[in-house]
Amino acid sequence: MDLAQGVQIVSFALLSLMMIAAALGVVLLTNIVYSAFLLGGVFISIAGLYILLNADFVAAAQVLIYVGAVNVLILFAIMLVNKREDFTPLSSAGLRKGATALVCAGLFVLLSTMVLATPWSASTASVPTTESSIVRIGQHFFTDFLLPFELASVLLLIAMVGAIILARREYLPEVLQTPNVQQQVLTLPERPRELVPAVSDSSTLTSTPGDRNK
Amino acid sequence: MQLQLQYFLLLGAALFCIGIYGLITSRNAVRVLMSIELLLNAVNINFMGFSNFLDPQEIKGQVFTVFVITVAAAEAAVGLAIVLSIYRNRDTVDMEQFNLLKW
Repeated sequence: MDLAQGVQIVSFALLSLMMIAAALGVVLLTNIVYSAFLLGGVFISIAGLYILLNADFVAAAQVLIYVGAVNVLILFAIMLVNKREDFTPLSSAGLRKGATALVCAGLFVLLSTMVLATPWSASTASVPTTESSIVRIGQHFFTDFLLPFELASVLLLIAMVGAIILARREYLPEVLQTPNVQQQVLTLPERPRELVPAVSDSSTLTSTPGDRNK
Repeated sequence: MQLQLQYFLLLGAALFCIGIYGLITSRNAVRVLMSIELLLNAVNINFMGFSNFLDPQEIKGQVFTVFVITVAAAEAAVGLAIVLSIYRNRDTVDMEQFNLLKW
């Protein structure tokens, strides 16, 4: 074993350990903000694994899209639905979790048996390509994968329009229709019943500002 | 001793099983979406492993991975919009109370 292979093995072990630990943290932790940040750790570890697999472009795309876009989107969603709610405990919660863990462990045993029993024919050594993977991926995108590439852009457009329509508020609050200069209050558009005062006149208030967060 | 295809396949299988567990057992709707992201990443690891070890010249697995990443981004955006919309209507993110379409 020369130096390069040793470095590869050690970095693979470190990255896979990080990835499994962070994924378990995503699933098992009770605080969902910690889960979201650990999800970013999972994505970073997977990008490192992609670099080990000679895929620099996909590793960069993984960091940019997953860590930069999807994880930030999930964090924004957590902040928007930030409500300390204690879920009502189910009677069969322990049984459900135990059965699910059993099924998942069985699935993992099945998959690993299949992976280890199958003689992968060309799995001896990977011949690194002489040209860059970016050039090769670009050639694929604009020759034989041209139609899926264009369809992916249409799909992103559809998803953008759909997300805007779904997350948009349903009605305009009454404050905008009957503006009152004397008692102007700032309202959250989707929750007009909880008022946040713009002026510190306590006689006209109906609720205190930090009421919702408690 | 060098990196084998089996290591990456085992890693993908482990991540997939963790994602399945989180998908079934979690009560918070946002955590369910995070588990779906874990599942898609497990599939991506499989794609990249096969692309590197079985098809190192024509790296079509990397092309598929880019498509999966695209679909995952679209899925996350639409899924979180649905979660926000349900939260606005029902005032909760508990998966056990999302039974609007249940008989």
